[in-house]
Amino acid sequence: MRSLYSRRLFVNRFNLFMSLLTMAFGLAFLFWILFTLFAAGFHAFSTDLFTQMTPPPGSKGGLLNAIVGSLVMAAMGTAIGTPVGILAGIYLAEFGSRGWLAPCTRFINDILLSAPSIVIGLFIYEIYVFRVGHFSAWAGALALALIVIPVVIRTTENMLRLVPDSLREAAVALGTPQWKMIVMVTLRSVRAGVITGVLLAVARISGETAPLLFTSLNNQFWTTDLNAPMANLPVVIFQFAMSPYNDWQELAWAGALLITLAVLVLNIMARVLFRQTAPK
Amino acid sequence: MNLDIFAIRPEATPGAVARTPTKIAARHLDFYYGRFQALKDINLEIAERRVTAFIGPSGCGKSTLLRTLNRMYSLYPGQRAVGEIVFNGRNILEAGVDLNTLRAKIGMVFQKPTPFPMSIYDNIAFGVRLYESLSPREMDERVEWALTKAAMWDEAKNKLKQSGMALSGGQQQRLCIARAVAVKPEVLLLDEPTSALDPISTAKIEELISELKSDYTIAIVTHNMQQAARVSDYTAYMYLGELIEFGATDELFLKPRRRETEDYITGRFG
Repeated sequence: MRSLYSRRLFVNRFNLFMSLLTMAFGLAFLFWILFTLFAAGFHAFSTDLFTQMTPPPGSKGGLLNAIVGSLVMAAMGTAIGTPVGILAGIYLAEFGSRGWLAPCTRFINDILLSAPSIVIGLFIYEIYVFRVGHFSAWAGALALALIVIPVVIRTTENMLRLVPDSLREAAVALGTPQWKMIVMVTLRSVRAGVITGVLLAVARISGETAPLLFTSLNNQFWTTDLNAPMANLPVVIFQFAMSPYNDWQELAWAGALLITLAVLVLNIMARVLFRQTAPK
Repeated sequence: MNLDIFAIRPEATPGAVARTPTKIAARHLDFYYGRFQALKDINLEIAERRVTAFIGPSGCGKSTLLRTLNRMYSLYPGQRAVGEIVFNGRNILEAGVDLNTLRAKIGMVFQKPTPFPMSIYDNIAFGVRLYESLSPREMDERVEWALTKAAMWDEAKNKLKQSGMALSGGQQQRLCIARAVAVKPEVLLLDEPTSALDPISTAKIEELISELKSDYTIAIVTHNMQQAARVSDYTAYMYLGELIEFGATDELFLKPRRRETEDYITGRFG
């Protein structure tokens, strides 16, 4: 009796110890990355970073055009991808119980969700950039939208599936037309979850490099022309970090830190929002 | 097909009660979940402005029967009803029936309270706005009227802007009844409306049912035989998808005609 108890106690402690060890192993790398980023990037943080354009090698400058370009393309990608994603998610969750179209769409969406982003970049290059003949912010936004769509579809569908059928029946029992039931009752009851999904999608695209490399490329100068190549943080980081110039490398670190902080803020926002109004 | 519901002779359906006008009549009603037959040849008449209770053991088809009356089952593929349900002279199982209009006339309250994710006021105004355009003042009056009907006004009048989800279970259920009453339906279907509630809330809702029956035709499914005896005028006992006995509640409980009914209500079975 006693030996059984002490053996179980030992097994319990052993397993707990191993779990903690593996967790520490994983977290150590995460903090290492964060520490390196802060150590290398933080001293490059200055007002210049947010007011100056990307410089030629050997001179002072900032990342203003890249920051604005990233914001513009992320905003456009989200604006294009979110409505499509939410509508498709509604279709899958609310109308997808009959027929073959919904399971098919769900399957393809799962593939799109895990598709390498470089494939998406090449796809937009082939169907848009190649035909138009030049890189552009529009192409970048389209590539980012293609990454947003599957994420938003998945979260919208999953959140809507959490809505109990009894709530749908309650709305229908009043004589509510289906579209009104969806907009006013089911979607409304999970709006925090859907917004969380959109925020996570924004976090995801704000660090994507590959799709922009083939679509928007880069621009050393300030531009708001959506039909011209536009600077953006990931590609600038990619280009500057690979360069042999010291000041470029420092700007690359600063940019990397900036993206990380932005993603961190987006994730925290998503969590706070979700916790405040999570469905009971 | 236009049927005169009053033409159905009482002796044509065993146990049917025809002392008051019939509001809904089911005739030779079969119901299927896929291949499984859940209702078998149901014939019954629901009297206008009376309370009709459906009792029977779990799985006997009483909730299924209730859900055919407002065609709630049509939401789900694979569920279908065969036969006739005549409501206001029309067979509602026919193709081409406008389900939204039908459901606006036949309200339903469910086992679990289902407040919408909006304020108490909007919970009630939601259904009204679907079919009527009232001025803000008329809407205020309608909300107060519905909440009063559901014995909720005193508790809710100072928090109309608060979320309906924040109420207690019993209050939520009365809110749902107020919501169903607010659209002024002709029939109210209650699917075990008190099974998730404490005795005090249950008593309030039972009182409410007795008051509402002066204006509405009510059909209630309940697991609680005392409740059926307390609130209903007519009771239907169902077992394994069949209507075993249907009659005035007093008669059914005091001197049931069928042996199976007697066994069930005396607790020897089920």
